[in-house]
Amino acid sequence: MSFFKRIALAAAVTVIAVGGAAAQEPAKIRIGTEGAYPPFNFLDASGELKGFDVDIAKALCTAMQAECEFVVQDWDGMIPALQAGKFDAIIASMSITEERLKQVDFTSKYYNTPPAIAVPKDSTLAGVTPEELGSLQLGAQSSTTHSNYAEEKFPDAALKLYPTAEEYKLDLASGRIDAAIDDVVVLSEWLATEEGACCKILGTLTPDPAINGPGAGIAIRQGETELKAKFDAAIEAIRADGTYKTINDAYFQFDVYGG
Amino acid sequence: MSDTTLPPPPAPARRWTTARIAGHGFMGFWILLAGVIGWAIFGDWDSGFLVQYAPRYLNGLTTTLQLVGLAMLFGALLSLPITWARLSSNRLVGALAFGWVYFFRGTPLLAQTFLVYYGAGTFRAEFEALGLWPFFRDAFFCAVFTFSLNTSAYQAEILAGSIRNVARGQREAAAALGLSRYVTMRKIVLPQAFIVSLRPYGNEIILMIKGSAIASIVTVFDLMGETRRIFSRTFDFEAYFWAAVLYLVMVELIRRLWDRIERHLTQHLVRRTDNEA
Amino acid sequence: MGELWSLLSYGPDGWGDEILAGTFVTVSLALATLPIGLVLGFLLALAKNSPEPSLRAAANIYTTVFRGLPELLTLFLVYFGGQMLLQAILAALGLPPVEVNSFVAGMIALSLVFSSYSSEVFLSAFKGITSGQYEGAGALGLSRAQTMRLVILPQLVRLALPGLSNLWLILMKETSLVSVIGLADVLRETGVAARVTREAFFFFAVACSIYLVLSIISSVGIGRLEAWARRGDFSR
Repeated sequence: MSFFKRIALAAAVTVIAVGGAAAQEPAKIRIGTEGAYPPFNFLDASGELKGFDVDIAKALCTAMQAECEFVVQDWDGMIPALQAGKFDAIIASMSITEERLKQVDFTSKYYNTPPAIAVPKDSTLAGVTPEELGSLQLGAQSSTTHSNYAEEKFPDAALKLYPTAEEYKLDLASGRIDAAIDDVVVLSEWLATEEGACCKILGTLTPDPAINGPGAGIAIRQGETELKAKFDAAIEAIRADGTYKTINDAYFQFDVYGG
Repeated sequence: MSDTTLPPPPAPARRWTTARIAGHGFMGFWILLAGVIGWAIFGDWDSGFLVQYAPRYLNGLTTTLQLVGLAMLFGALLSLPITWARLSSNRLVGALAFGWVYFFRGTPLLAQTFLVYYGAGTFRAEFEALGLWPFFRDAFFCAVFTFSLNTSAYQAEILAGSIRNVARGQREAAAALGLSRYVTMRKIVLPQAFIVSLRPYGNEIILMIKGSAIASIVTVFDLMGETRRIFSRTFDFEAYFWAAVLYLVMVELIRRLWDRIERHLTQHLVRRTDNEA
Repeated sequence: MGELWSLLSYGPDGWGDEILAGTFVTVSLALATLPIGLVLGFLLALAKNSPEPSLRAAANIYTTVFRGLPELLTLFLVYFGGQMLLQAILAALGLPPVEVNSFVAGMIALSLVFSSYSSEVFLSAFKGITSGQYEGAGALGLSRAQTMRLVILPQLVRLALPGLSNLWLILMKETSLVSVIGLADVLRETGVAARVTREAFFFFAVACSIYLVLSIISSVGIGRLEAWARRGDFSR
């Protein structure tokens, strides 16, 4: 039992001692997403949520015949906010990992792409092995599988953690860090833009199942098996009826679902 | 005065007054909280959270101490010319120093840190030409730089205030004795100003320790940075608890140390009879 | 340089409207925190002044904790911890979750910090009121509540005003921390603009200027307030 669960339990016991009340079913499914991780989820110029995750979420809601509502949440506080009931599911390219499974439940994956390393175009780095990278300044978004990957696989590198992907992009472009690690799709998307013109992909990394897990899934609170089953069924449904492929093709030239 | 208009003398037996009930309730809350936190941590001791992450915390603590130490030192050095300018009779010099102090005290430390850290990124070419890029490239140095400038403004205010505080008569008496301005400053004004400014200096160290947590937002792994990293991996709220304990201990240690120093330095101001009584 | 200034224009191309909205959020947060922090701080000062030792001790624990913790940490404790705790309690009661957004979390955290500092200000103001005032009020036959309201409070406000003014200026700066947990305040809005436009220095300088302007406006307001509180000194 974690520290927090014990505290919560103690609080709950105290309160139950005071009184109880009737349960209430949430009317619609609220979905938490970051809105700062293009092309998966981002806010467009008019402030509207767009991206692969968002479209998938909408398709899943249609398949479940549920009404959905999006809640934008900073990445750092994503899991605590789910646990706190700010929303009911996270659809934000969150990888299914052992560490997170201790806190939340996951549906089956809805996509899986490998991590990669981006460097400035004039970089002299030769490859992406720990030896080739050496003791460089490596940027990553904090609380991600990519930051964990960097910590485990490149112990010599000086790791810099940023709250959103935007910030490491800024520091990579200004040359403050030598390289950045993130999802290959996210990096490629950025490199194709004007801001990303500074940099290139150095190489794709081989995912480590222990760190990267089986791919990105939908996180829901522990024990909400009914919602999990609904989402799992909906993922299968949109995979089967071609909705998934339509969304996939709108964003990517290859299949992000992975093997 | 007749006895009837005065409040009755304190009752010998302690009754259950509102204050007493409130006090016991409030205290009970803290005891309950401490008990629950203790149960949460020691009941789950086997998970080895602290054992596993203690080196991380230690690492962060060292970085925080380095950050605060360097910033206080450079800030103190920088505060000297600013104080001089602040007390200068030259209008322009005084106005410049006032502007410096007003800017750093009037804007949030977080905004200043962003200004330096992300601002430096936009001026890379210029900094490279000056050979300063290796310095501004590093987040830790950026934080030391910002915090030094920030605390220099506060320290200058403390110093200038305490020098002004030394009574004019002291200066006049020194002049009457034919002491030079330098000797007056060194032997008469500064020692007194030092004692007056001691407490605000202690407060400034404490404010800097607390403010240094901001460095974690620009990728520095200080105590707060390490804590956030641990939390992001474990999602265990215990991570924040230990950080809170470490910060509280640091601040309390400084506070007590300062009380002791102050008592030691102001011994001569305490009346003998008071001391012996 | 002209291009830079056009970034501040109002409308879809400029960031003027976003930054203005952020400024509004910053000021609202500070204004929303102030009354809670003042009332809590006053109650804490009463507690610390109380003859009851348990009340004094409990109040001292409060101020030691919230004056010792970094404001950023207090904010995280409230935002992550407090929120989870609240939902656990609500769930145990069978009530639907209540969202604690970053504004509310910021308001609570800043109130905790503000009240522990303001209690010290009130406390030293209490010490500035001599016992003769209480005795005089007693001699006039005023009740304890009347004494507090008519005799002590007006003097207390005047004595505490400089300290509280200082705390208000600090509070306004500390609201910037709430941008870290996602509140769209002035610092967050300028930060977004800085990232999108790649003009970090310019936009953060704009943010700093806005805080400076806010503090200048506050200083003017405080000056008037202090003159008002001192009005009795002159008319005597």
